[in-house]
Amino acid sequence: MTSADGFSSVSWWRRLVNKSMTILILVAVVLAIVPLVFILAEVLIQGGSVISLGFLTHMPAGPTDKTGGIGPAIAGSFTMVGIASLISIPIGVGAGIFFSEWSSSKLSTVSGFMNDVLTGFPTMVIGLFVYIIIVLTTHEWSAFAGGVALSFIMIPIIARTTSESLSLVPNTLREASMALGVPRWRTIFRVVIGTGKTGLLTGIILSIARATGETAPLLLTAAASTHYITNIFNQPTASLTVLIYNYGTSGFPVWEAQAWGAALILILLMLGLNLFVKLVIGKNLTEARME
Amino acid sequence: METRDLKAIYGKLQALKGINLKFPENKVTAIMGPSGCGKSTLIRCLNRIHELTPGAKVQGEVILDGINIYDSKVDPVAIRRRIGMVFQKPNPFPTMTIYDNVVAGLKLNGVRNRNKLNELAEKSLRMAFLWDEVKNDLKKPGTALSGGQQQRLCIARSLAVEPEVILMDEPCSALDPIATAKVEESIVELKKEFTIIIVTHNLQQAARISDYTAFMYLGKLEEFGETVDIFENPKSELTEKYITGKFG
Repeated sequence: MTSADGFSSVSWWRRLVNKSMTILILVAVVLAIVPLVFILAEVLIQGGSVISLGFLTHMPAGPTDKTGGIGPAIAGSFTMVGIASLISIPIGVGAGIFFSEWSSSKLSTVSGFMNDVLTGFPTMVIGLFVYIIIVLTTHEWSAFAGGVALSFIMIPIIARTTSESLSLVPNTLREASMALGVPRWRTIFRVVIGTGKTGLLTGIILSIARATGETAPLLLTAAASTHYITNIFNQPTASLTVLIYNYGTSGFPVWEAQAWGAALILILLMLGLNLFVKLVIGKNLTEARME
Repeated sequence: METRDLKAIYGKLQALKGINLKFPENKVTAIMGPSGCGKSTLIRCLNRIHELTPGAKVQGEVILDGINIYDSKVDPVAIRRRIGMVFQKPNPFPTMTIYDNVVAGLKLNGVRNRNKLNELAEKSLRMAFLWDEVKNDLKKPGTALSGGQQQRLCIARSLAVEPEVILMDEPCSALDPIATAKVEESIVELKKEFTIIIVTHNLQQAARISDYTAFMYLGKLEEFGETVDIFENPKSELTEKYITGKFG
């Protein structure tokens, strides 16, 4: 084993394996990124020419009318994600706090498991459920129903990310706070959440990005519309995703081009949210860690 | 402060088997013993932190000023403001400045008066022998200090709520000798105003700073007395073996 020949032949083989594995992994990375790059490029090319201020604010027009816009769809998406956030942030953060701070209780284990199952739940089924409990009972499509459906998707994600961020806060900090005579609920809200707030924010923003891109639940709750809404409880509401679906499959070239434009706006929104998390929040996180 | 027949349990393990101990006021009492003897458990029972661990139970009484702190009418949160604690590893709040760390116990309990906070912050930092080193840097994050300074910050933090008793769980075991010396210096000053109970496995430290020593073994109190007596004339054979280093 110590002869020069034995030593060099072993290392030649290992170097070859090492290099091939590295190449294989790089190929895997490229294959993983290629679809994303293609989609982004295609959307940029097809949708870029349609974008204008008018496009972003006008109401939709006929299938051959180039002056139509996606204003109501943008407003509708914002409204429904907004409603969903108002519902899901308090509930999701609350559940996350319970999972993290009362992790030893049986209820916590059971509901935590159910929560994780819900994170991957088929969105069409969620849409159908909300269709039955809200749309059929009120006999109206509504932004409210759309927001509720989106919140069913957002709550499990926020609960899980909140619980994980808070679990990362070292127990010594909880003890330090309790030892000062700070009551438990204040320890949780001021110290634990104060320390874990970047993780919480990241989870919330990522779930917002996710909800913005959902289609199936909105098809069954808010349907579609060509108008800006004036009431969230009794009017069908447009959304970017449903518009892309309707226009993209319509067969009219003007509408199909506008679908690409809407897709570009949607992707820019999602990229923006993700970049915000990575750059702004991620930066604060690294600064805090470096101290 | 004293304990009466104090027993403590972690799940199925009985860590304390009936401790009867009186801690003299305004003195430093050291609690010593080999690893696993229950000294940390004992000190955590004194301010009701032990019961926060899942599966932990306490039986018996701990009396402060004639009141049993485990009585069902007593609010543990209020008790912890009268009995402060400094932990083995310094644990300043990472998202707070030095100033905010010191007054955390006050701010988190609703004290808003700026003047009072400033006053208590300076007083506590002086008592912890940290004021001169940080007085111009109060806005710096608490974690920007060295280990020894962080521990003194934690001491100042527990002083700011103006407790009567201060519990210390091996406060210097994570510090270098110079930082240790500074912390010991402050402990000797602090006993003038507070009753101090310190868990330590450092025999020299106990000899240096404590007035009384309690020696524990396997969850029982083996011997208690003035430090000088314990070290020079230990009554129990186990105590003698521990002090002379035959086991630890």
